[in-house]
This record gives sequence, C-alpha cells and structure tokens, in this order.
Amino acid sequence: MSRRDSDMADLPPDTPVFAEPWQAEAFAMTVALHDKGVFSWSEWADALSAQVKKPGAATDGHDYYEHWLAALESLLASKGLAARADVDAMAEAWERAAHATPHGKPILLENDPGP
Amino acid sequence: MSHDHDHDNELDPFAARVRALETILTQKGLIDPAAIDVIVDTYETKIGPRNGARVVAKAWSDPAYAEWLKRDATAAIASLSYTGRQGEHMQAVFNTKDTHNLVVCTLCSCYPWSVLGLPPVWYKAPPYRSRAVIDPRGVLEEFGLTLPADKKIRVWDSTAELRYLVVPMRPEGTEGWSEERLAELVSRDAMIGTGLAQRPEIEGQPA
Repeated sequence: MSRRDSDMADLPPDTPVFAEPWQAEAFAMTVALHDKGVFSWSEWADALSAQVKKPGAATDGHDYYEHWLAALESLLASKGLAARADVDAMAEAWERAAHATPHGKPILLENDPGP
Repeated sequence: MSHDHDHDNELDPFAARVRALETILTQKGLIDPAAIDVIVDTYETKIGPRNGARVVAKAWSDPAYAEWLKRDATAAIASLSYTGRQGEHMQAVFNTKDTHNLVVCTLCSCYPWSVLGLPPVWYKAPPYRSRAVIDPRGVLEEFGLTLPADKKIRVWDSTAELRYLVVPMRPEGTEGWSEERLAELVSRDAMIGTGLAQRPEIEGQPA
C-alpha cells in the first residue's frame, strides 16, 4: 500500500468524541441554541465551514472544536447576542475566578476577585 | 500562559471562553445549563452507531422496510424513533455488487448524528474531507479496504440539509439470523462506507 503525504492511517483511530469537557459544552450549546431557534442549521454549517476552511487547520483534526467555538462566537456576535468584547471580559472573569478557587473546589464566577 | 508554578486552578483559554458564552447566554435566557448537561449526556452515552446498525439490520431482514428506507429514509428511520435534531433529511444509499458508496462532508462535518452519533476524528479532519472526493479508492485502501477495480465508487457529499447512511451488503452465511445478531456485524465505518459489514465467523470451516 502506498504511503501518502497526509496519510489517514496516521490519525488516531477512535479517540473519544470529546477530548475535553469544554468541547462537549460548546457542542451542546450549539445544539441548544439551534433548538431554541436562534439560528438555522444551514447558518451554523456556513459559520463552521468558514472556520474549518481557514488555512492552517491541523491535518489530525485535533483543533476541530477550536474551530467550532470560533464559529459559534462569530455567529453569536453577528446576531448581536454576545459581542466579542463582552465574551473577552467574561472569559477573563472566569480565569480570575479559577485562580482564586482552591484546588478541588468547584470554580464559581462568584469567586472572581475582580480585575 | 506560564507553567512554572503550581496553580490552584486554571481554565485553559477555550474552557474560559465556553464558560463565558454559557454565562452570557444563560443571563439572556437563551440556554439553560441543565439542558446543556442533558444534551452532552445524550450524545456521549445514548446516541451512537448502534442506532444505525439496527436500521441496516432491519433493512436486511425486512424487504418492505428496505424499500421504505430507499424511498423515504427520513420517515423509515424516524419510525424506529431515531430522529435528527437539526431537521435534516436522510438518504440511505445501498451498496450493491457493482457499486460501493462512500460518505463525506467536504464543507465542514455534516454527519447523520441520529443514527451514527458524533463523527470520528478522521471524518472531521482535512485529509479525509479533501481526498474522499478526489481519490476515493486510495482513501479506502488506507482504511484497509481494497475494492475490485471494476467496482464503482460513488461519493456522497453531505450538507446541512441532507445526510447519508450507507447500507452495506449483507454478508453471506447469515441466512436466518435475527436482526439483533445481524446488527452486530454492522460497524460505524461500514455505514460511512470506509468499511464493509463484518463476515460471520464460521466455526470449523476454512475461511
């Protein structure tokens, strides 16, 4: 059998569908927002397609949910539902809350000590 | 991000952004965190390729069902309570002795979730998405599937509205088998077209 530049046999065979919890959450949020009628599935496929076709996507597909998240953010921003600056600020609050939370305790946004 | 000391807790940037979106959307009443957990659980544990395998086994066993599946896969599959969340239509494509079917989504990663669960990593990765259409025979060989040169390969490119399920050929030596037993021969890859249905193991006979 010939070997090729981007050999699919090199891909991990059957890794779990979600490598990390945030990937499952990003996926589920998308499904929930569609159920709620926030966007059509065609709109979603267009947004995801725009991200995955950007140059530099990993051939092993490990960055797939990073594209997924970028697609979700851009779609929500374009609909005026979550402006990029608001998401940035809220993400920073979550990171501060994580740092302020002792190990082993659940990370809560209330733990954010503020900037 | 520095990793030169022990952190109490750390969210990686993607996890933090997902939480941020979840917070903002929950505050706006657009999502309910409990519903998010239910969706994750459903896709991680309840929906998977066993659903599709039951569809295929039923089509093998019941000619009337096979006919219905050919004509209106969306309804035939829904009759087994496997319904898509995205309102997509399903089409079943049947392998024959002349033609092998292969499914891809060149645009992004459209996939028949209701019958196959979530797609494997390779299905979403650029090499498969770009090469399945250009060189299907070569792609199949990389999956260990070498088809006779005179067998046609038909490639189906999924869209947000239309998803495909490959119905592999029923292996010989399975006459009289129950649907349950038949379903065990049907792998996820066989229903994407990167594999065939597994052949039954025959005890005490040469392969």
